[in-house]
Amino acid sequence: MKNIHLQAIEGKSAGYMGLVALLGAFILGALGSTYYMEHNGHWVTGMDNQVVWGMPHVFAVFLIVAASGALNVASISSVFNKKIYKPLAPLSTLVALALLAGGLMILVLDLGRPDRLIVAMTYYNFKSIFAWNMILYNGFFVIVGVYAWFMLDRTMKQYSRYAGITAFVWRLALTTGTGSIFGFLVARTGYDMAMMAPMFIIMSFSFGLAIFILVLLAAYNWTGRELGDVVLNRLRKLLGVFILAVLYFVFVYHLSNLYVAEHHGFEAFMLLGENGGEKYSMIFWIGQILLGSLIPLALIYAPAVANCRKTLTLASLLVVIGGLAQMYTIIIAGQAYPLEMFPGKTILESGFNDGLVSQYSASLPEILLGLGGFALSLLMIVFGVRVLGFLPASLADSVTDPHAKAE
Amino acid sequence: MNKNNVTQESVNISRRSFVEKSATAAAVFTIAPGVVLNQVHAKPAAEPVSDAKRWGILVDTAKCGNGCNDCVTACNEENGIESHGRPLTDQKWIRKIKLKDNLTNHVVSLPMMCQHCEKPPCVDVCPTGASFKRDDGIVLVDRHICIGCRYCMMACPYKARSFAHEAVDNKVEYQPRGKGTVESCTMCVHRVDNDRIPACVEACSSALIFGDLKDPQSEISMQLEKHGGKQIRADLGLNTGVRYRGI
Repeated sequence: MKNIHLQAIEGKSAGYMGLVALLGAFILGALGSTYYMEHNGHWVTGMDNQVVWGMPHVFAVFLIVAASGALNVASISSVFNKKIYKPLAPLSTLVALALLAGGLMILVLDLGRPDRLIVAMTYYNFKSIFAWNMILYNGFFVIVGVYAWFMLDRTMKQYSRYAGITAFVWRLALTTGTGSIFGFLVARTGYDMAMMAPMFIIMSFSFGLAIFILVLLAAYNWTGRELGDVVLNRLRKLLGVFILAVLYFVFVYHLSNLYVAEHHGFEAFMLLGENGGEKYSMIFWIGQILLGSLIPLALIYAPAVANCRKTLTLASLLVVIGGLAQMYTIIIAGQAYPLEMFPGKTILESGFNDGLVSQYSASLPEILLGLGGFALSLLMIVFGVRVLGFLPASLADSVTDPHAKAE
Repeated sequence: MNKNNVTQESVNISRRSFVEKSATAAAVFTIAPGVVLNQVHAKPAAEPVSDAKRWGILVDTAKCGNGCNDCVTACNEENGIESHGRPLTDQKWIRKIKLKDNLTNHVVSLPMMCQHCEKPPCVDVCPTGASFKRDDGIVLVDRHICIGCRYCMMACPYKARSFAHEAVDNKVEYQPRGKGTVESCTMCVHRVDNDRIPACVEACSSALIFGDLKDPQSEISMQLEKHGGKQIRADLGLNTGVRYRGI
């Protein structure tokens, strides 16, 4: 492999400015939504006392999970020493940091009291998984930041492998923490499974890589830099493997629930749409399984479209949409299904909708807040590649392919 | 002579003091009997809560009136909880539930509120420690450090917590509440600390018994020993402070 030349983009074109302005508008939309929700109170959203985490959390958890996955490419290069990924490693760290920042922005702005962020930073209950996560998130920023610095600074480059290994271990811990937020909730039928942690790790691989591929394709396309098929096909096949792995975990998750009699009601609700679960079941089958898994798999593995970038773009976009659908089924459907307080009994009347499936529908401010988080992530990437040399000047096959003949 | 004078003076002083103290006591008992009675028995404010007691409530579902809502009304009045006409986002500290057994068709009615668990999941998950349990078993939210993340609502197996989805207009002095924080039944801690019983129990003396679960001579302990009492979701091992008979 030739020496890789990293080079910041010029970032003076009208297209660049337009992109910055568009993303800025989305961020303003999110801030406006936050003001509206915080000023009136959360009753103006789709959330209530049963579905307490709504659309903002779907976006936020998706981005946080994807952040850890976006670091994959760097991990494969530093930890597993795969040379072909080396040129992409700095960009991978930038995408990871940006996605985490976007996700956290949403989470914080959706708090009932975002003005008390300082309280969250100064009062810790160390038994709370949220408190662990605050440490894991902050640590991620520091460790991945240092990792990026070591890779970009020639004098520190020799230490980048150690930073990479630390970041790899840390990101696994981070996603374990995110999955455990749900996995350790014993009260709810849809959660209460330690498998949530490894499932979230696998989901992070898939979602993070899909976003990374989209960023890579967009960056090279828009800047007119060369991007060869060798790198793209490696990433394409890797994405295919990750999609299959997520499907496997989803299969085992539902299989475990189907085996246990007390969870049959939840599975009928989730898989068959019974007892008021029509909407959630549809999002599962159409959003998560068909659009988010099966079609991307076909697009990735069909020989007819082997080197087609448009299908890879579409497949990656569908993985992102499927990922959001999966987060929706986990977060929203998991809460919409009522708490099983009285096994063997039917609730005839309740002053608090006990025993009823909640029909959540997201309000516009919630969606705008979520999109604003995405926009912040993308803006950080767009800004990052302009100020520092995160992007290789060329990723042509002759540059990246280890088997290419030296010129 | 001197000795006699001294003795006479001592008698006069002690008689004067006796009359003065009696008059004060009579006046206080006449004007504010409740306050004094509470002061006599209550734990001094400076004294920390101890684990010598564990407060609990026993619900006898056989005596809980189907359609009766007295406990809910009393709780709302006591704690200033008002409906905004939006049942899904209104706060509920206590609600009535009517259940039918799927096999026997037996119907029971019961009040549902914070179960004041010995091992409360809401306390475990709270990132800031706003959700906490007192040594006497009462589970509370410190609404000054609650950030409104709602993780406790995700973790509670009883749907016992509500989020203040909008501004709280009716604030009572002993119950700090506000938009954007989570709240739930406090077992009327402001009453309990003043030797009074919770408002719901006061409103329903037939089906609800309040008392110290650690005192074998308390009525609640004696009733539990005699007739037993079940926990809702006993499988979770939370050791709830609220027990039910007849479910």
